[in-house]
Amino acid sequence: MPLKSKDLLGLEYLDKKEIELILDTARPFKDLFTRSIKKVPTLRGKTVVNLFYEPSTRTRTSFEIAAKRLSADLVNIAVSTSSVVKGESLIDTGKTFEAMKADFIVIRHSLAGAPAVLARNLNASIINAGDGFHEHPSQGLLDLFTIREKKKRIAGLKILLVGDILHSRVAKSNIWGLTKLGAEVRVVGPPTLIPYKIEELGVKVYYDIEKALEGVDVINILRIQLERQQESLFPSVHEYIELFQMNKERLKFAKPDALIMHPGPMNRGIEISSDVADSANAVINEQVTNGIAVRMAVLYLLSAKKR
Amino acid sequence: MKLLIRGGLVVDPETKLNNISDILINNGRIEQVKNGIKADGAVEIDAKGKVVIPGLIDVHTHLREPGHEEEETIASGTRAAAHGGVTSVFCMPNTHPPLDNAPAVEFVLLKAQKEGIVNVFPIGCITKGSNGEELAEIGVLKKSGIIAISDDGNTVMNSQVMRRALEYTKMFDIPVISHCEDTALTKNGVMNEGYTSMVLGLRGIPTHSEDIIVSRDIMLAELSSGHLHIAHVSTKESVDLIRQAKKRKIKVTAETCPHYFSLTEEDVKKTNYDTNTKMKPPLRTREDVSAIIEGLKDGTIDCIATDHAPHTIEEKNKEYDLAPFGIIGLETLLSLVVTELVNKKVMTLSEAVSKMTINPARIFNLKDRGSLKKGNIADITIIDIKKNYVIRKEDFVSKSKNSPFVGRTLAGFVEKTIVGGEVVWPIKEETNR
Repeated sequence: MPLKSKDLLGLEYLDKKEIELILDTARPFKDLFTRSIKKVPTLRGKTVVNLFYEPSTRTRTSFEIAAKRLSADLVNIAVSTSSVVKGESLIDTGKTFEAMKADFIVIRHSLAGAPAVLARNLNASIINAGDGFHEHPSQGLLDLFTIREKKKRIAGLKILLVGDILHSRVAKSNIWGLTKLGAEVRVVGPPTLIPYKIEELGVKVYYDIEKALEGVDVINILRIQLERQQESLFPSVHEYIELFQMNKERLKFAKPDALIMHPGPMNRGIEISSDVADSANAVINEQVTNGIAVRMAVLYLLSAKKR
Repeated sequence: MKLLIRGGLVVDPETKLNNISDILINNGRIEQVKNGIKADGAVEIDAKGKVVIPGLIDVHTHLREPGHEEEETIASGTRAAAHGGVTSVFCMPNTHPPLDNAPAVEFVLLKAQKEGIVNVFPIGCITKGSNGEELAEIGVLKKSGIIAISDDGNTVMNSQVMRRALEYTKMFDIPVISHCEDTALTKNGVMNEGYTSMVLGLRGIPTHSEDIIVSRDIMLAELSSGHLHIAHVSTKESVDLIRQAKKRKIKVTAETCPHYFSLTEEDVKKTNYDTNTKMKPPLRTREDVSAIIEGLKDGTIDCIATDHAPHTIEEKNKEYDLAPFGIIGLETLLSLVVTELVNKKVMTLSEAVSKMTINPARIFNLKDRGSLKKGNIADITIIDIKKNYVIRKEDFVSKSKNSPFVGRTLAGFVEKTIVGGEVVWPIKEETNR
């Protein structure tokens, strides 16, 4: 069963079977990592362009390694946001790469819908590597993969997303993916960082972290962007730590074997204490490893779609 | 010169006409409306099977000249109006430079006289530079030919300045048009705040940003007893506030636009971030759309305006956040009204036409226009109400093509537009107007 779309724009647009297909496909790719030669010829002759309008280390590198392990040719383009505003339009930039016969464009953009604009205008497969506050589907998929790998299932699990849900594309992709696969999703944070009408996505909203943690199997802690304090979304970092930091004391309210996840980069000592980040329950580094396998699966399946 | 429009179904809300009649025009004015007119030497227009209505008056148009002629000019904008059956446009003052001084207004009027093919009535600024701080020379503007004042595009956020504007204009008997947007609440927003904006990851504009200023301005209209006209109403709460204000005899009138009764925020999602769904105020929810329709039906909303806001393809064809707000509307106004309101039996054709003819004429004190009364200026639109046609980009006469209605099949085709007794649409370039 191939994927229905030529693009990966978000988990909202994938059905349960497509999500499971990607996760199942990622499994053998992960096994490849234990071999001495971690490379297969699957995408030989294909070209992947990493078009990053926002700074990123882990996502860009992860896509780069994924493409290289599939033997694709890869080009990394880092564009500063200011040159976008001043110069060439997004569509023209995309068309330039298409003229160079790029098969995939992996795009990270600060504005929601930018990948959709490219997808509408180009024949190349567009992979959303994070757009504004919209989605970050490959991160969502690697989170699902990690949870399924550790807990052997997703359906019926209680999963808590903590912190800045409003500005988090990771949260959005997590919510779409997890609810489609049957998990109970909770969000907790200050009301100013909880998006209006989020409960219509089928999630439970909490403002009290201890209540939110009761009986959860997975805690996904989101990065707090410190500039939000200037926008009066919360009064101070100190108060945020007091109310929402994930630390050893708070962890006691969750299930003892609750997984600790974080999409990174972490603000240690702010949204997460070091003892939690480095605890046995934390799978933060494994998320990074799994990211490569999942992104390989995405490239592979979209490539099959194009054939 | 005499013109005889023969055998059309004449629908005129003012005179309550709704039957087959001839209309005789002499020297640009309506001389007779009755069946079987004999007029030797008159040029005849056969209107059998067609509907003849007063020429439409659009109370909210952006002609973009001076300053943004790449988007629209007085010449192209008035041609777009004629194509849409609009015989009079009220042009908004947020040009570059803005219409906050007499020479700027005179420039527009002169250009309109030279290059326009429909009537152009300028609206002046409320405040100097539309900056919301100091009243513009409203009296001088009035003398130079404006029919109302507005800082459209900006809200007069200072309540005291808005109060003074409403008080001061009482001596000129002109409305103060309010663009209702609490700018602290709309900051960085690009679409209606709600479920769809949350899912799309776009920053929201809450309905309350409109409602708060509507509420404030109604209170200021009460305080000042000035005439407040509320532009582009888009929310349920605003409709309710205006309805209550009218009951309390506060001098408030209001307009909405076809997109607020024919599209919802869901269209942003359905079209996958198509920037032709980006306008201010933004497309709202189905509930708001129902309230707008109810407000039109019960008379709370007096006018249907286009808020014709042309932007070039280059400006619009980009990421949602980066594209400017606004859509064109002159060429789809009548067809959307016919398709969405008349054909869906929300209101009769006569009721719908009144929102674009006699009501604007009364509210903005246009004498001799807005109806087919004997002696009035012969601004007339002839339509084929049964004809369905597809909206196509290439058919737009406007310099800009930014319409979310491209590809839609609409009813109510404009056959002819007559301004001051002269046929301006279809365009005969040899008339050299």
